[in-house]
Amino acid sequence: MKTVFKKSVPGREGVWPEKPKSKLEDFIPTDLLRETSGMPSLSELDVVRHFTKLSMKNFGVDSNFYPLGSCTMKYNPKFTEQVAALPGFARLHPVISQLKGAGRHCQGALEVIHESEKMLSELTGMADFTMHPMAGAHGELTGVMIIAAYHKDKGNKKNKIICPDSAHGTNPASAAIAGYDVVSVESHDGIITPEALAEVLDDEVAAVMMTCPNTLGLFENHLPEIVKMIHEKDALLYYDGANMNAIMGKMRVGDAGFDVVHLNLHKTLATPHGGGGPGSGPVGVCEKLIPYLPISRVKKLEDGQYYLDYDAPKSIGYVAPFYGNFGVYLKAYAYMLRLGREGLIRATENAVLSANYMRVRLENDYEIPYNRICMHEFVASAVKQAKNGIRALDVAKALLDKGHHAPTIYFPLIVKECMMFEPTETESKETLDGFIDDMIEIAMLSDSDPDFIKNAPITLSVSRLDETKAARDMVITDDL
Amino acid sequence: MPYVPHSPEEIREMLEVIGVNSVDDLFAEIPTELRPKSFDLPKGNSEMAVLEKMEKIASRNTTNLTSFLGAGFYDHFIPTAVDALISRSEFYTAYTPYQPEASQGTLQAIFEYQTAMARLMDLPYANASVYDGGTALYEATLMAVRKTKRRKIIVSEALNPIYRVMLDSYTTNLNLELITVPHNHGRTNIKSLTAIIDKDTAAVIVQNPNFFGSVNDFTDLFTTVHEHKAVAIMSTYPVLQSVLKTPGQMGADIAVAEGQSVGQPLSFGGPYLGIMACSKALVRQMPGRMAGRTEDGEGKTGYVLTLQAREQHIRRQKATSNICSNQALCALRTLIHLCLLGDEGMRRTAGLSIERAHYAADRLTSIDGVDLFTKGPFGNEFAVTLPVNAFEVIDKLTERGIIPGFPLGRYYEGIENGLLIACTEKTTEEQIGIFAEILRGAL
Repeated sequence: MKTVFKKSVPGREGVWPEKPKSKLEDFIPTDLLRETSGMPSLSELDVVRHFTKLSMKNFGVDSNFYPLGSCTMKYNPKFTEQVAALPGFARLHPVISQLKGAGRHCQGALEVIHESEKMLSELTGMADFTMHPMAGAHGELTGVMIIAAYHKDKGNKKNKIICPDSAHGTNPASAAIAGYDVVSVESHDGIITPEALAEVLDDEVAAVMMTCPNTLGLFENHLPEIVKMIHEKDALLYYDGANMNAIMGKMRVGDAGFDVVHLNLHKTLATPHGGGGPGSGPVGVCEKLIPYLPISRVKKLEDGQYYLDYDAPKSIGYVAPFYGNFGVYLKAYAYMLRLGREGLIRATENAVLSANYMRVRLENDYEIPYNRICMHEFVASAVKQAKNGIRALDVAKALLDKGHHAPTIYFPLIVKECMMFEPTETESKETLDGFIDDMIEIAMLSDSDPDFIKNAPITLSVSRLDETKAARDMVITDDL
Repeated sequence: MPYVPHSPEEIREMLEVIGVNSVDDLFAEIPTELRPKSFDLPKGNSEMAVLEKMEKIASRNTTNLTSFLGAGFYDHFIPTAVDALISRSEFYTAYTPYQPEASQGTLQAIFEYQTAMARLMDLPYANASVYDGGTALYEATLMAVRKTKRRKIIVSEALNPIYRVMLDSYTTNLNLELITVPHNHGRTNIKSLTAIIDKDTAAVIVQNPNFFGSVNDFTDLFTTVHEHKAVAIMSTYPVLQSVLKTPGQMGADIAVAEGQSVGQPLSFGGPYLGIMACSKALVRQMPGRMAGRTEDGEGKTGYVLTLQAREQHIRRQKATSNICSNQALCALRTLIHLCLLGDEGMRRTAGLSIERAHYAADRLTSIDGVDLFTKGPFGNEFAVTLPVNAFEVIDKLTERGIIPGFPLGRYYEGIENGLLIACTEKTTEEQIGIFAEILRGAL
């Protein structure tokens, strides 16, 4: 399909505002102006049809099952879109909160922030939360900055952060971007053992970043002992909330001894991922870390009025221009109000149920490296299929032909030909059964007709794309 | 139970297949000592009840005021078709395009967005967006540090103070030297900026139009930056970038911008998007996602995420940044908005906004004691000085239904009487007239 720029017809009219009365040159010298911006000339219908056609080349949760491990692609209810679009929220200028006494013009917004922070604190067992971080990885960076500020304030000289070898790539990247040396700890039989941790845990360690259940979908059985070891070194324990959907109401990370946590709202609390974003990555902290939270904070007065507090001398400062991705966490707030306590617990229970059901039903046809009760996701491997030259990538592409999105593949890095499945709680048993049947058929075809699998996908707008060529030629705009 | 389809009978069947007796058995691995001490959340509610509650909360925000607030975030008209197209669920319920064959819609849109941004900034490469204008600026700074292996960053005080405080937070632990060069009555102090560039300088950061609205040419400054093998970073305002001399023409190595003004509702601060474009020499330092054009086995054109070797999921602690997504849906809004308006529509939007701001400046400065603070050419935003404290005036006028602008004193000591005023194509001459009359009465 031609790009929108190639469809441009000079002189064609789009959605134009009225014509200014004056010329730009009346206000700005000609040598400070440009001639043309290179934006296309199209009719409104040209644009509508172009993007409608593009949308038809996409899989989304509304159209396809999306069992993408560690990404929690559950159904996003529709009513939250309407909430975010309410003019009282969508038209609110952020700077209004910085004028004198202007808290009175954004009481509703401040209430949403304050209540969201309180609910997330209760959900996770943390002492307090901030809604500032604009995505999960941004929450990680914020969390690590809080850890750094804490140690600096206490006069601790600590320059290392430990990440398990199964950690999401963002964990080591966030630690490094915040100025830390990253040390890896090996997992044994899928989890972190106190022995392995002891080998790398010294006085220079500022924090350990963990995901629990981890990226293999397994609960970290040694957690209580690990927490104790880390705190004895005056190091802090960071919780990567990517897998929070597995434990709502079953475990609170604050009660378990974690000091800092970020949540990915698009995962656990069902805000649409938008093809890559926007996200929202609120961060929760234990009591002693509250003074380091980003500026500003929403506080509530005794008369019920809310205000923004900018007075925080120990704060890490500003991580976002205003108060995070307000339009995103509005949806998460409405979602929490809708589900409530019981609904959130039920979501977790059914997510874990679906994952275990799928794991057991696939165990005869695919290798399951850690075949025991899993949490909301599990890892399978395509090693059985490898004898015919079929790899995890091939299975993934064959699934696309069946109308399903593929699982996460080649992550975590510690499993060969890895495929990580996360069905979530919102998919029906028929959908799970249909998917499982297709997986079994792919396993059979891998034996009987491997070339068929290797040639997948054949039903989509393009077949397998040459990624090497893309990197080598590096054509990333229409003009290159 | 909302959004969970399993019937009790199905749950029983599934438990049987798994080989456990109850759902609780699935959580047996979580030891009792780790069970929640409390889980005191409110009871769930119907969709209708939640909608009613949210409408009530929304009504506690005031959005019926005539506003001249800008400060980097502007209320431009968004064509209706933007919302209609963005509501296609194949766009907004999709994930990061890890399976390109099933995500050609998102990937081609990112490729087109990159093209639009590269053209707008007049630089050869652009990424798929980062969180916002402030994080874009900080990521640009880190690009310069990696490229030059130097530590000194020179920042103009006329750069949006919101981005300067963000830069401060992010660089605290990074052993960088941040030098801020004071503005000169709202003008970017090009002479002072030029004078302190040396062989230790990693980057020089300026903004156009600057925070006070004044329009600049940084060509000579950037020449000096390049003579010292440092990196020239320019923060811009994308709506005016459709008419102003480009970062590319001036010789910028990296252009960044807050993309809110192109297609995003103000939404109390987010979600927005950070625009980033750069020269060829810096493209491998650029953070975040990029979509590249390629072919499938039959030679058909398609798109994939590319240059992933820079990214965290491959490079882990050695990645160019920890960012692992982009503001895909916001970027799509921006692209659709730009396509609907086209070159002519964007030029008219910019032209009208500038025209209205100059009309406002004329009307307001005709009031005794109100003087233009922004010297030289300005775009759709300018500052005036009042005979009294701006905070007080804002407070008073807001009671009369008008937010007259942003108080410069919030960020700049010594100009407590300064008021920063923005207009867009939505601002009418009538509104400006009422503003001027009310201000005259209030002083």
